[in-house]
Amino acid sequence: MSYFSRRKFLGKTGALLSAMVAAGFITSSAMAADYPTAEVNTTGMAVTDDTVTVGILHSLTGTMAISETGAQEAEKLAIKQINESGGILGRQIEIIQEDGASDWPTFAEKSRKLLVNDNVAAVFGCWTSASRKAALPVFEKENGLLYYPTFYEGLEQSKNVIYTGQEATQQILAGLDWVAKEKGAKTFYLIGSDYIWPRTSMKIARIHIEKVLGGKVVGEEYKPLGDTQFGSVINKIRLRKPDVIFAAVVGGSNVAWFKQLNAAGITSKNQTLLTLSVTEDEVLGIGGENLEGFYSVMKYFQSQDNPNNVAFVKAFKEMHGEDSVIGDVTQAAYLGPWLWKAAVEKAGSFDVDKVVAASEEDDIELTTAPEGYVKLHPNHHLWSKTRIGQWNKDGQATVVYESDLIEPNPFPEGYQ
Amino acid sequence: MNFVYERFLGGKSGAIAIGILALLILVVLPLALDLFRLNLVGKYLTYAFAAVSLVLLWGYGGILSLGQGIFFGLGGYAMAMFLKLEASDPESTSIQTTPGIPDFMDWNQLTELPWFWVPFESFTFTLLAILLVPSIFAFIIGYSMFKRRVGGVYFAIITQVIAVILTVLIVGQQGFTGGINGITDLKTLNGWDIREDSSKYILYFINAFLLLGVIMVSKFILTSKFGQLLLAMKDKEDRVRFSGYDVSNFKIFVFCVSAVIAAIGGAMFTLQVGFMSPSFVGIVPSIEMVIFAAVGGRMSLIGVVYGTLLVNAGKTAFSETFPELWLFLMGGLFIAVVMFFPNGLAGIYNKYGPKVKFLRPLFSKSEKAETTTESAKIEADATTEGAK
Repeated sequence: MSYFSRRKFLGKTGALLSAMVAAGFITSSAMAADYPTAEVNTTGMAVTDDTVTVGILHSLTGTMAISETGAQEAEKLAIKQINESGGILGRQIEIIQEDGASDWPTFAEKSRKLLVNDNVAAVFGCWTSASRKAALPVFEKENGLLYYPTFYEGLEQSKNVIYTGQEATQQILAGLDWVAKEKGAKTFYLIGSDYIWPRTSMKIARIHIEKVLGGKVVGEEYKPLGDTQFGSVINKIRLRKPDVIFAAVVGGSNVAWFKQLNAAGITSKNQTLLTLSVTEDEVLGIGGENLEGFYSVMKYFQSQDNPNNVAFVKAFKEMHGEDSVIGDVTQAAYLGPWLWKAAVEKAGSFDVDKVVAASEEDDIELTTAPEGYVKLHPNHHLWSKTRIGQWNKDGQATVVYESDLIEPNPFPEGYQ
Repeated sequence: MNFVYERFLGGKSGAIAIGILALLILVVLPLALDLFRLNLVGKYLTYAFAAVSLVLLWGYGGILSLGQGIFFGLGGYAMAMFLKLEASDPESTSIQTTPGIPDFMDWNQLTELPWFWVPFESFTFTLLAILLVPSIFAFIIGYSMFKRRVGGVYFAIITQVIAVILTVLIVGQQGFTGGINGITDLKTLNGWDIREDSSKYILYFINAFLLLGVIMVSKFILTSKFGQLLLAMKDKEDRVRFSGYDVSNFKIFVFCVSAVIAAIGGAMFTLQVGFMSPSFVGIVPSIEMVIFAAVGGRMSLIGVVYGTLLVNAGKTAFSETFPELWLFLMGGLFIAVVMFFPNGLAGIYNKYGPKVKFLRPLFSKSEKAETTTESAKIEADATTEGAK
């Protein structure tokens, strides 16, 4: 029984509530007895007869807090729902939360604290590539398990990380194919913030445009993180008149970028723009009116109309407020605890080696994912569909295209 | 022997204070803390190098640098470059397009090692670079500013700007520097795995001994005639200049010394934390270093170590206990220190220490009286030399 139907059931039949809870307790204790602590935890993790402890590690303070809040809220929601449906191997999940403070060494320090001092069974966290790169050696050294939610540049596959967001080729190739086919685009202007993710993404994009689509890149530009002056770029764009602006500008720069485009009279009426870095979270800052008609390529949009997503959005808003919005990374973060649950139950153990082995068997899938069906690939990334959303004034996107399931390929041959 | 006692330790009260600090960081903390916490203390103690450098520069020299992160970063990056090259042997980087170069270079389409990376394959060169690069850099900055008599708030702003420029440079040139991610995934030092538990203990002790050594050398500098001139310059720069001293040379020297001290801290930081990133070079870390010095007491070489430990322990403890509120608590701590204890922890100790019975023997001669007599002596010196 999925947690959604169970929630409805509880709501409708309040009289049965206590009976249900009691039943839950009976099944959970029965299950816990089936899995004695000594067997499911041979590596000294924080697992007792009725609880298992996990860590959540995101920035609650600093410049990244705005972006990371949604992810940690989604992880808490998933854990709450798992607990309500009886926990994992009969054990309730307990959370130790740490603040990465938008500071990469702090991520490393807190990861070590969670793994060495708290002996958590898994960690859900990190957002930027830099924070993951800082924490990664700690996870590999201490043999921890990290569920990482952000779409990212690829070029990485660690035994100790499960990547629940898309790697670069999944997001980019489908988006470029669509814009070439639907809009007949031949010339592209690439612009991004200056760090590893936009640079890798644009490298892949350029190769795909030139070698596969037979198009032309008429400009490629990187702006420092946090830069808010896009005047010169906008002038070049006017001069070269690309069919498509392909953008990966992040953070505060994003707000300036779209407002200045708009002020310069470049809108969806006269220009096609496809961005890799705008989710519902960013729209809050940019403003729907500045984005109207532009396209984002993501694997998830809040407006997706399937029963899984409707229930997810409802539960998320119940827990975190009616005004909250859900972006791509938030949804990917929500998948983390569920993927972990599936792998633990398959392995019959919380031990990291066994959970990883179970995760690599090519048969862990979630039919209840808000984005639709996802499946875990042995390379630790997810099979997922890529979608293109067109932004509306109200800050929500209309999904105009949905690809088939795309195989994750973190080390793309011919694109390096 | 007496010379060492007076000059490196600073007499009886100084010797006792260093003894207590040594006891704390060499014996008490290693026995009381588990390895994870001890490693954290080790990280904090690397910041203490920067705080000690600010005692010389700011406390005694009266030159406020808001850019000590520059030198901390240069030292840290030099060490990180060496370790990264060692970690990037062709075998372990065989999946790259160009095996044998650091992974981030490969991601940025570099196909060979940039020329300025090549010498960092040598450990000797790296150690020299940690000491020389920051001091040469500090010399250039110091020479171009102090010779033109740029000082005070203008100097502080310029150092801050240089810190920003360096950060932008590192972030922008990611093919050569690792960009915003920094230089990560460092493994061994001349084949010795720095991630092992035993290595962590060894590195902690090396770091602690180095810190004590740096404090003693600083004490030596401060108790020399140079130290007294420094103090005199801080109080009445013109008077020292009119007495025939070239003030700018002294300032350049102390700036270079403080740069080297901060750089040693940076190099030890890289070794203990296992990576280096631009977030230790910019404005925020540089200002934090000033805060450590202010909380500890900027006139006290020992006090700033406690200040650094206190602020960082507070940061870690608050952020672990109240992940959503901790910044407010830190802010409260700083406001309290500035409002109630403007001379920091060392000020509290000097003010209330004599009132505690068992501490009284340490205060046979109060610090303040000592300073007054010393500056009087200096003035007399200056007058006689000026008369010559």
